[in-house]
Amino acid sequence: MAVLEILAIPDERLKQESRPVTVFDDELRAFIADLEETRQAGPAAVGIAAPQVDRLQRIVIVDCSTLRKPVPNHGHLILVNPEITEWDGYEMGREGCLSVPDYTGNVIRATRITLRAQDPHGNPLELAMEGFEARAVQHEIDHLDGLLFIDRVVSRRTDLFRRKVYQKGGAPS
Amino acid sequence: MTDWYMLTLIGEDRAGIVAAVTRALYARAMNLGETSMMRLGGNFTIMMMVSGAPSAAAVADAVRPVAEPLGLRAHVDAIGGGLHRHVVPNVRVRVSGADRAGIVAQVTGALAQAGFNILDLASDVAGTERQPVYIMHIEGYSDVPLEQLQAAVAPLAGEGVDVQVSAIDTLYG
Repeated sequence: MAVLEILAIPDERLKQESRPVTVFDDELRAFIADLEETRQAGPAAVGIAAPQVDRLQRIVIVDCSTLRKPVPNHGHLILVNPEITEWDGYEMGREGCLSVPDYTGNVIRATRITLRAQDPHGNPLELAMEGFEARAVQHEIDHLDGLLFIDRVVSRRTDLFRRKVYQKGGAPS
Repeated sequence: MTDWYMLTLIGEDRAGIVAAVTRALYARAMNLGETSMMRLGGNFTIMMMVSGAPSAAAVADAVRPVAEPLGLRAHVDAIGGGLHRHVVPNVRVRVSGADRAGIVAQVTGALAQAGFNILDLASDVAGTERQPVYIMHIEGYSDVPLEQLQAAVAPLAGEGVDVQVSAIDTLYG
């Protein structure tokens, strides 16, 4: 087990597209253990993607089960070759990133998604998720396509003013 | 004392102001830190952190040749502080109501008393000249529970001001 170095902008490697995983072996699983250790070693990140530690493969980890303010979640998720198959709704939320120190910004993401992926042994997974967890998965999958949240930030003065349409208080945003 | 100066420019808005001013600063080997430009009532306003100048007067001298022909008034202050001091907001406040004197003072007064620190504020008068509506968007930081802030602004509802306080849950991935 090892804590890996996290790449930070303006490192060009963060803009590369990652390749699908084709070999599901012990080496892959050892890497995933290191990736998880790296996620836990830093500031409170709910997710991490393999290219953030300079491994250009389609692997992400998301865990929204330990937030101070609980949200609907599927626990600790290891998603290999994840692919979003359905999107529904959109909302704005604030994001930061281990690879983008000292900056946070507002990003619009789908509210609900359905995705297909594989587990570390190559078994198929299919998941439907919403809200914060869905946002986290979209943020991490972006890394696999060489995108960072700063590529999607909207003006800090942009507000999806949805009062009286959704629940009052605008809790999800 | 730091190396930073705050340059404030105000004038009638027209295309090309930012380009002209920043080019003049760059030509004198001055650097920009954080900046914020806004149009308020059709006026151009900008505040820019400038470093690399020997004095406040040097910053003023650098912008005068472009500011004067553009009809801009410039003001320069030596400032403390510096970069990388962002505070991530955890509370958003949306305010709207029929425009009348005292809305900002009432809302921000109630929030300040409850221990809320404003990090970003923008307000606008929407509606029509006959029926102006005041809309304000605030982001800030507070250690006190959301419910306490909501209770602090609740009395304003009786005075025709709609105040919504909601959490900003920043995702790190």
